[in-house]
Amino acid sequence: MYTPHTDKDIREMLAAIGVASLEELVRVPDAVRLREPIDIVPALCEADIQRRFEHFARKNTGASCISFLGAGAYRHYIPPAIAALAMRGEFLTAYTPYQAEVSQGYLQAIYEWQTYICLLTGLDIANASVYDGATALAEAAIMALNANNRKRILVSRAIHPNYRAVLKTYCDGLEIEIDEAPLKADGSTDFDAVAKMLEGKTYSAFAVQSPNFFGVVDTPDAAAQQAIKNSGTVSIAVVAEALALAALTPPAQWGAEIVVGEGQSFGVPLAYGGPYVGFIASNKDHMRRIPGRLVGKTLDVHGNEAFVLTLQAREQHIRRERATSNICTNQAHCALIATMYLAFMGKTGMRDVASANLKRSRDLATRVSSIPGITLQFEAPFFNEFVVNVHQPAARVLAALQERGILGGVDLGRWYPELSECILMTATEMTTTADIAALGDALAEVANVALSV
Amino acid sequence: MSRLASDHTASPLIFEIGQDGRANKYVDGGGELSDFLPESALRGELPLPDNSELDVVRHYTRLSQRTFGIDVGFYPLGSCTMKYNPRVNDTMANLPPMRDLHPYAPDELSQGALQVMYELERTFCSLFGMAAFSLNPAAGAHAELAALLIAKAYFKDRGETKRDKVIVPDTAHGTNPASAAMCGFKVISLKSDERGRVSVDELKKVLGPDTAVCMMTNPNTLGLFEDHIHEITKAVHDAGGLMYYDGANGNAIMGNVRPGDMGFDLMHLNTHKTFTIPHGGGGAGHGPVGVAAHLVDYLPTPYVRSRPKDGADESLAPSDQVEFYLDFDMPKSIGPMRSFWSNFAHAVRALAYIYANGAEGLAKVSQLAVLNANYIRVKVREFLETPYDEICRHEFVASAQELKKETGVRALDIAKALLDRGYMAPTMYFPLIVPECLMVEPTETESKETLDGFIETLRDIVAEAKRSPEAILTAPKYTVVGRLDETRAARQPDLRWVPASSPSEQ
Amino acid sequence: MSLPAELLYSKEHEWVKVDGDVATIGITDYAQNSLGDIVYVEMPRVGAAIEQFGSVGVVESVKAVSDLFTPVGGEVTEVNGDLDADPALVNREPFGGGWMFKVKLSDPSQTSGLLSAGDYDKLISE
Repeated sequence: MYTPHTDKDIREMLAAIGVASLEELVRVPDAVRLREPIDIVPALCEADIQRRFEHFARKNTGASCISFLGAGAYRHYIPPAIAALAMRGEFLTAYTPYQAEVSQGYLQAIYEWQTYICLLTGLDIANASVYDGATALAEAAIMALNANNRKRILVSRAIHPNYRAVLKTYCDGLEIEIDEAPLKADGSTDFDAVAKMLEGKTYSAFAVQSPNFFGVVDTPDAAAQQAIKNSGTVSIAVVAEALALAALTPPAQWGAEIVVGEGQSFGVPLAYGGPYVGFIASNKDHMRRIPGRLVGKTLDVHGNEAFVLTLQAREQHIRRERATSNICTNQAHCALIATMYLAFMGKTGMRDVASANLKRSRDLATRVSSIPGITLQFEAPFFNEFVVNVHQPAARVLAALQERGILGGVDLGRWYPELSECILMTATEMTTTADIAALGDALAEVANVALSV
Repeated sequence: MSRLASDHTASPLIFEIGQDGRANKYVDGGGELSDFLPESALRGELPLPDNSELDVVRHYTRLSQRTFGIDVGFYPLGSCTMKYNPRVNDTMANLPPMRDLHPYAPDELSQGALQVMYELERTFCSLFGMAAFSLNPAAGAHAELAALLIAKAYFKDRGETKRDKVIVPDTAHGTNPASAAMCGFKVISLKSDERGRVSVDELKKVLGPDTAVCMMTNPNTLGLFEDHIHEITKAVHDAGGLMYYDGANGNAIMGNVRPGDMGFDLMHLNTHKTFTIPHGGGGAGHGPVGVAAHLVDYLPTPYVRSRPKDGADESLAPSDQVEFYLDFDMPKSIGPMRSFWSNFAHAVRALAYIYANGAEGLAKVSQLAVLNANYIRVKVREFLETPYDEICRHEFVASAQELKKETGVRALDIAKALLDRGYMAPTMYFPLIVPECLMVEPTETESKETLDGFIETLRDIVAEAKRSPEAILTAPKYTVVGRLDETRAARQPDLRWVPASSPSEQ
Repeated sequence: MSLPAELLYSKEHEWVKVDGDVATIGITDYAQNSLGDIVYVEMPRVGAAIEQFGSVGVVESVKAVSDLFTPVGGEVTEVNGDLDADPALVNREPFGGGWMFKVKLSDPSQTSGLLSAGDYDKLISE
């Protein structure tokens, strides 16, 4: 499919080349030739392809449940105008904009993305994007290692468990040790303990996530900020719910030198986990260490302002083994979508979405905690998700809710054994009053059954 | 004349268009932020512009018109496989139950998504002769990193920690050395012979008890098939090392010869090249990592598996007698490479493309890609040097070195002249071993008429370079901007817009 | 540009000017010419102990990057801060304002292994 060659074309082209057949053209030494036919699905016409995928789609029943899932991937409202623009063939089918003269549009959009990320984080520089939030954290850790040549990293235990796992994958390759900073009873990071751990000046970087994995606003106080600074440790802020940047103090204001995160909330569909879009922003000191593409503004030969990929000597194809990272592909199309989302929303729209998330999540928390036998686990202020203690195995409660067509949240026992009776619940602007009522009723029923056993 | 030649005036930035009070109403707000959080946790101003929906639509429509994609014109960018991206793939990825499924949705409510991933994985195994693939890595370079981490874990497991050298031929891709360095491996660069191939004798000189991995791409970046591949993989295996196949050139071999049969232990695919996923201006990509049987335990997590379904009987279709699940419980795994499971939307696109072709169709795709490349090659050698003058695979390299000596016109200038004439430029100055290199990969989706048009345009450019070089040296003339001052961009980096009132000095 | 006769040279295209026990180091006109427009120089840290012929920094041009090696060992006493704002100084005045760093020599006899202007001229004419 999708090949335009007529038999006549093929004959003429083979003749021009001086080869008798297509088979001869692709012949390989006998030792490596194909011994048996390749066994894969037979070809389908386009109409049957659609039927096949509609069949798969019907088996994704989870997509239409009432859902309180979050934990690093969020269901938000996406204006339809975004898809209409982003799916334009010029954007969709372009390669990396190496030829700036015919790529000004995309380059400008990425320059706008870089600016949006700077405005949201409060930092000076942002790159053209990386794979996702977890890899952004790993790349930031490498930036820190290159800045101060230390071989240990300290991370809050309330950073998304997947992000910490990915950081470990990368650090195993680099032979870097990771230590975890403990948590306090209110669900935030124990910054007094962090300050103590940093006294030995052995840590290359300290990373903390806010809102953290439990939804809690989690930023170092003035004393901890000073301790981080004094220790020569690079301060990294992690943002898994980018929407929070529209409401919370920009991380640069509490001392973050590098801010990394996940931009999925800015108009990118859930799509069972990807593709999403990671971002990395930093202050000027780290400019030469930031990985991936950067778009800059310059002049053309006529003196007109124009955009171009710049500082490319940092990148893998020139520096080879001296490169700061091997990253090559970025997430340009997701970054384009996120840029459009921020453009459509504007400051007013972003404030509306943020306040709607705060309101809905508090409505949800109020309803859930009113049920006998169910409590909120942490007291610290939260953004749009929070931890519910059901005082019985979380897995059992979630299974019972699932039978009632509700995805009640994420079972925290998966990563935190001490929280095996706890569920992380999320509400966004997409969560309706009816959704909250349905969960409340179902949970009351499930909790009641448990109490009566 | 360029198809982008409509408008030379600069487009204002989105930040220069907006006005306060011009907001759209997408979502009802929930009240004042300070009703919910202490002031100390909240930011002051949010310095983003408010724009009307029409202004934003026009802004990005205009930016799209200043961007060249495959849908606009021929894109012979070597090593990048810029083939047509079928629209049905995007439609399938955007079916609401695909688009809106949360990654933490339970396996039993995600069976369609898991089956897509499972079928795609099994298909890749058959097509490329591997035991298993992980769909976890997000792009080619990411999969390459995963593969080297797998090699590192494998040798560590076997107590062979002295194996710290990675051998990379000079015809390999640029990411290989950077990936090796990220795993603490040292890189040994291997010079290719006068035929543009890896020399088995030279290779044997650097093999030893410290050899970890030899990274190759076949066909290599000159577009040539490594005809001694069987001896190469044997020599590396005899030394105790692993062979890694860089699948960036997968379009040249798909359905005709398999890396597994060549003796490779590890490989990656650039699904966004070979399997028609739109490049989207440089991503998102999709980079499955494949392994032979002895390395399956080390794959990144999660890995999609199937098991018999409780209570299923034989009256059901085979795929309904099993259930699919994400396996996170792999003790020897290198761990996850990214936040969630896979670039799933791209898995949908790739599988839709595989359905459209079947095994025979994919083999034909590869043959026609090779046909198109050779057709251009034999015509181009009438007016430009082709340093490796033999049957190539899906791409070939030409050199403007003689032309440069004669006229001063370089590969870069030819590229810019092509932009003026409505074509994307070929890859330039890569691979590094060919001076004034132009690397052309037409792909199979281009018609003979398109190729003839490109060949004649290139012939005209070379003729004009000989007649009046100045005309080519000053190209492009018809694009929205002229050649850019890259030195200025790098010496005085301007990487963001700054509000006029901002105290920041940037 | 002619090679200043009072300087010593390395095979990696650095020059050294020795003044008592302090050496000033930069890259040669030949080196800046082959790199093209230099956009950034990554320097060693002041106070760092560096070894002869070790890689101590990086010189970046628009499309190339090259290790900066030190022809002599010792302690870094000063780096040329002007290059931060104006890296083009290396292109304009490779043997003057484009100097890169100064080293307090750990072993003055190390300079005996370096090339004279005449020998270096032969090396780059080959």
